[in-house]
Parts: sequence; C-alpha cells; structure tokens
Amino acid sequence: MADTGGMVENRGIQRWLTHMGLMIGVAFIFFPIWLAFVASTVEQQEIVRPPMPLLPGDQFVDNYARALTAGVNAPVMRMLFNSAIMALGIAFGKIAISLLSAFAIVYFRFPGRHLFFWLIFLTLMLPVEVRIVPTYEVVARFGMLNSYPGLILPLVASATATFLFRQFFLTVPDELAEAARVDGARPMRFFIDILLPMSRTNIAALFVILFIYGWNQYLWPLLITTDPSMNTVVMGIKQMFPSGDDTADWPVIMATALLAMLPPVVIVIAMQRLFIRGLVDSEK
Amino acid sequence: MEKRVTFKGIWLPFVLVMPQIVITAVFFFYPAGQAIWQSLFIPDPFGLSMQYVGLGNFTFLLGDPFYRASFVTTAVFSTLVTLVSMGVALYLAVLADRLIKSSGTYRTLLIWPYAVAPAVAGVLWLFMFNTRVGVVAWYLGQLGYDWNHVLNDGEAMGLVVVASAWGRISYNFLFFLAGLQAIPRSLIESAAIEGARFWTRFRTIVFPLLSPMTFFLLVVNVVYAFFETFGVIHTITSGGPQQATTILVYKVFSDGFVGQDLGSSAAQSVILLFVVSILTIIQFKYIERRVHY
Repeated sequence: MADTGGMVENRGIQRWLTHMGLMIGVAFIFFPIWLAFVASTVEQQEIVRPPMPLLPGDQFVDNYARALTAGVNAPVMRMLFNSAIMALGIAFGKIAISLLSAFAIVYFRFPGRHLFFWLIFLTLMLPVEVRIVPTYEVVARFGMLNSYPGLILPLVASATATFLFRQFFLTVPDELAEAARVDGARPMRFFIDILLPMSRTNIAALFVILFIYGWNQYLWPLLITTDPSMNTVVMGIKQMFPSGDDTADWPVIMATALLAMLPPVVIVIAMQRLFIRGLVDSEK
Repeated sequence: MEKRVTFKGIWLPFVLVMPQIVITAVFFFYPAGQAIWQSLFIPDPFGLSMQYVGLGNFTFLLGDPFYRASFVTTAVFSTLVTLVSMGVALYLAVLADRLIKSSGTYRTLLIWPYAVAPAVAGVLWLFMFNTRVGVVAWYLGQLGYDWNHVLNDGEAMGLVVVASAWGRISYNFLFFLAGLQAIPRSLIESAAIEGARFWTRFRTIVFPLLSPMTFFLLVVNVVYAFFETFGVIHTITSGGPQQATTILVYKVFSDGFVGQDLGSSAAQSVILLFVVSILTIIQFKYIERRVHY
C-alpha cells in the first residue's frame, strides 16, 4: 500500500506542502492549549500587563497547588472529585441499565416489549437541554439538588446505549442461547457467563464515550449545584470569574481549565482505538 | 430482526427493563409532559396560580421580535459552526489521507480536542480574546484593529463560532479520514493515470463518494451546534452583546431560570422538542438508507 502512494503526486515538494498544511492545522488546534499552559505557569502580573509571555514561567507548582487546594470558590481537587463521581456514575449507570433492558428486549417475548422499545427510542429526541425547567423541578421535589444522584440520574437513561447492545446481542449466534437452555442454565446465568464476557469490547468502547460525555456536562450541573462544594470542574471554571470589574485570577483559572480537560484527553489518547470504535458505534 | 431462540418468563424481563423505564418515565417523559402542559399556561407573578392561555404562549413567541431574532441567530450560528468545523476537518483529512505512513500520527495529534468540554473551549478562547489581557486581542490592537467582542455583535458571533468549531474539528476529521481511507486507492490511481489532476479527482470521484458521510456529519453537527454549544456561549458571551449570540437553547435557559418566565420557557422547550424530532427523523431516514444499501 505504502508504495503505490507514490503514483499519485507524492513527490518531495508535494509531500512537504502536505506536511506544512497539516502542521498549520495542528498548530491551530494546539495554540489555545499552549497559551493556557503558559498562563498557568506565570504570575498574575505577567498576564494583566499584556502582552503575556509566550513561553512558560516558573510558577507551575505554585499555581497548580493553589488551584488544587484552594481554588476560588472551592478547591479544584474537590471539583475534580465531583466530576469523577458524576462521569463514572453516568457511564456505569447507562451501561448497566442499557445492558439489562437490551437483554430483556432481545432475549424474551413478553407483553409490552414493543411499547418499552419505543418508549426508550423516544428518549433520543429529548436532550436535557430542551426540558431543563421541568426536569429541574422533578429533581428539586425529590430533594436531589446539590447531590450526586441529582447530577447522575437524569442523564442516565440512554437510548443510544440500549440500541448499541441490542444490535450486538442480535449478532450473537443463537446456538449459544440454545446450548445454555439445553444445559438448563437460567437466563441470568447465560447473561453473566456468556453475554457479558462477549460484550467486553463494546462495553469498554462505550465507556470511553460515556465517561467523556458525563465529565463534560455543563448546563445540568450549572442548574442543580448551587453549593460550590458540589460543583463539577467543567462548570466550576466559569464560577471562578469575579462578577463586576475585578480582575480574574487567570493563572489559577487556566490551571483549572487544563486540569478539567486532562482526564478525558488522557483517556482519548490512551484508548484511541476503543475511543474511535465507541464513537463510530454510538453514531450508528 | 428477531431472535429465534428466546428464554421463557414474563416477570424477569419485566424486572430487567424496569430500571431504564422508571428513569425514563421520571426524568424524560414526565418533564417533557410538564413542558407541554406548562406551555399552555401563564403563571401569575407570585407563582401561586396558573392561567390557561391555550396556544397564547406560542402565538406570543412567534410574534416576539426577540424570539424571532434568536431563531435567526441560531440559524446563522449553526450554519457557520457546521461549515467551519466540517471545512477545516475535510481539508485536514484530505491532506492526512495523502500521507499514508504518518496519517496515524496526525490523527493522534488532531483528535484529542473531542475530549475538551465546550465550556472549557469557551474559557480558552475567551482568554485569547479577552479585551484586557487577551494575547490575540492585544496583537490585533497593535495592528490597529480594536477587538471588542463585548460590544461588537459580529466579533462576539465570530468568537463563539470559532470556539465551538475548534473542538468539533477532531470529530469531523476522524469521520472524514475514515471515509477517505475507505475509497479504493486503485480508483484514484487509475484517474491519475488518465491524467486527472488533484482537483478534478477530488470533484469527480472523492467528494461524490464522501457525500453520504458528509450528509451524516451535516446533521450531527447541526444537532451539536443547536444543543451542545451552550457551554461555549455561557462562558464567552452569556448571550450578548444584547441578544446577538442568544441561540434558542440559551434563551430557554435565560428566560426560564434567569427571567423566571416559565410559560414562555416551556413553550420554547416544546418548539425545540419539535426541532430535535425533525433532526432525529432526518438522521434515521439516512441511517435506514445506509443500512439497506
């Protein structure tokens, strides 16, 4: 394959121009992150008197320590912890309830099966952004404001994950269920011993996507966490800007922005193949 | 498609679907129903009683110049975000596709912004263009251009569009690159041998073969621009200056939570519900077609 590329205008200068074009794109993508990183390593004075330096300073440890332990309204450590609970809760919750309901819908014939299928299907059309006020009221009535269940539960139902597992279960050979039945295995044994292990890769791929989805939620935590110690890090950054004319603590805010993107970015890069698979799967 | 072999039992499957059904009912259908119900009422200023107004909230909204302006803003915003993010992504994917050996490296370098939350992207871009400390704003000032997205409508729109598109390039790049790599190389090569130059090949062979992918991305990106860019707008402009960057989702939030105008906010939710349904149906029509071929 690599050799045949040569036939299609892949001479020296062409290659060089192609690399150039891509490097410009890469630079465009990296530039905002680079600036944020520089800002997180210098002192406030260097930023408020523009132009700020374009190379890192020596305040890295100081700024990050200040962000993690003190922050502005709440220590960033605390917000990172909240984000982790929310992202893990959403990812595991969605996967668990979707596996169960997909198993029921594919492997059983029971009254209401089609109705349930369509009820789940309809949720595709109800992103949280379009039903914020009434959903907020429900959560408030349950007393779940400023709580982990309040952050997690309304985002846990997912048609996408259910469909994904349904599609996958349908491709599992019938012989396996047949054999399990002949052996007298109960349905849940079949589910745990055979179906779950077979779904490993699908679960992992979906987990990557759902973790990022949960971690990056903004509007929902913004509505229901009024207590700074329950803020997630992604929504907490905006709260660090002072109201009015005071100058923002840019080094700490930029350190927080980088800390907020670190976990999902590391996951995407470290699990690139699972990530791509999950992305393609969940759009099918 | 149905399974031939199934298990017996009525209670077990019922119990298995219950967690999802209960959560869906409590957090999806009930609130959606409430939104529809509330959209027919106007609460009094003290929130003590509700007055039934029928479709009054809707007729008011459709006649409201601010709401109509928000529709136009959303259309402009989502068109620009979609064009910029897909355009840049296609350009980069075409380049990466030509470098067979190093396309994987570039993919790694380009895909990670997918993981950056829109709200974080918003803060990063706000920092660069901040009127007091922003580096880019400062250098623009040196060049004689007085950047101020806090006051200038066009600059505010430009900034939220670029910040929203920036994080989205990686997603589109990934799909475009996969689409390009699925095109048989022999096809391109035979065209090259016939003397077709790069642009001709792109126009007559590559782009037509990519068109199903392009259509799919178009819908997905419009959905993204409509609903998921809330964080960008909230961090950078808060819908301003005046209402220049108030997209529909932002208006549901600002009328419902900031303005406490529940009837209007609910009616806006219902209208958005309608918009999402149409987008979802389009998406499904497309997927159905792809599956049949």
